[in-house]
Amino acid sequence: MSDYISHDHEHDGIDRRGFLQCMAWAGTGLLWTISGGVLASKTLAEIAKAGSLPAATDLSFLQISDSHIGFSKEANKDVTETFKIALDRINAMPTPPSFLIHTGDITQLSKPEEFDTFDEVLKSCRTKDVFFVPGEHDVLNDGGKLYRERYLKSVEAKGSGWYSFNKNGVHFIGLVNVLNLQAGGLGQLGDEQLEWLENDVKGLGSSTPIVVFAHIPLWAVYPQWGWGTSDSERALGYLKRFGSVTALNGHIHQVLQKIEGNVTFHTAMSTAFPQPAPGTAASPGPMKVPAEKLRSMLGLANVQYIQGKSSLAIVDSNLS
Amino acid sequence: MFTLIKTQKYSAIVFAISFLFLASFTLGQDEKEASATSPGHNQIVIKDFNFSPMVLTVKSGEKITWINRDEEPHTVVSVDKQFKKSTALDTDQEFTITAGAPGTYTYFCSVHPKMTGTIIVEKS
Repeated sequence: MSDYISHDHEHDGIDRRGFLQCMAWAGTGLLWTISGGVLASKTLAEIAKAGSLPAATDLSFLQISDSHIGFSKEANKDVTETFKIALDRINAMPTPPSFLIHTGDITQLSKPEEFDTFDEVLKSCRTKDVFFVPGEHDVLNDGGKLYRERYLKSVEAKGSGWYSFNKNGVHFIGLVNVLNLQAGGLGQLGDEQLEWLENDVKGLGSSTPIVVFAHIPLWAVYPQWGWGTSDSERALGYLKRFGSVTALNGHIHQVLQKIEGNVTFHTAMSTAFPQPAPGTAASPGPMKVPAEKLRSMLGLANVQYIQGKSSLAIVDSNLS
Repeated sequence: MFTLIKTQKYSAIVFAISFLFLASFTLGQDEKEASATSPGHNQIVIKDFNFSPMVLTVKSGEKITWINRDEEPHTVVSVDKQFKKSTALDTDQEFTITAGAPGTYTYFCSVHPKMTGTIIVEKS
């Protein structure tokens, strides 16, 4: 297939084939890489053509978020099904990810039966290691007791459930920013957790790649809707000296990315329902889209780490 | 059903603050829908991540009911723990308290803390 314009009826430099290619590009995931400060992107289709993702990947993991099991309103009447589809996508990957990170809102209402359904469906995933952080929907009535009993078994959690671990030379930090929220405020980490974080990274060399994950964005995406964390600046201060920091968040049910110095901020799609872009609706509540469009707005994020590269590559792909 | 409790020593301050809130409520009321469904029973509608009306004035002993019209769960939590908090309210669920001692009571949604509201309780 050539890239020449064959039919230009509107004299606008776009033919039908070109337009369709462009639209296909818009509907698929993008791979973002940074090399020497230059941001580049590749579509998933291009990656598929070229073979797999970068050949010498040292670590690959998947971020999944906001499954909201128990939600059954118009925006998606079957969130269990779309969660299953997301797991099917993971199971179909030629190279399975080393582990999953779930960035919260496992359930809609923190009900035991919702957690049960989630756990049951998760059993179908071939990748067995899953690391969690809670969303506000997971800690509604018990301050997160049930969540902690179920989802922190494989980690040495402190306080209300924060922890860190190392994989392939990368230091991972799971933070809790959905508890003890103050009237009028945003997400919050709190002094105890921040002190722990300061100590946790103290002994690490500055060349250690850091992945920090939490439910509510660790940057001020849109404070008017509560999309931010009041004391995230202090947390990021402790991470400033590191050459590569990747912050993975959920909560806002859409992909947004920002790069600030050595820090890449990234939010993932939900597997349940989309939410409006910042400020484009009366409230951040579930967004209703035509049924045929829904899956294109749900998805997951694949994160690749290659030793020696200055940042991690993140590929978002939807469920359509 | 719960009763508002307030310590006496703050009553003078609260009384003064009440007037400030009352003034802002009066100024803003034409923008808001009528809140009372029946005499002595006041309703606060939760819609689009807002408590409406944001400031509600009631008489001591009257009932106040919050109803959630969002597809998102919300809670009603007293900022200073002056009354027992609600559990998470799903769509169309309600939470009712009976106003106790006169004073100003601020509350928020602990799930979405940007959402705040005020109840002013006057002598019956």
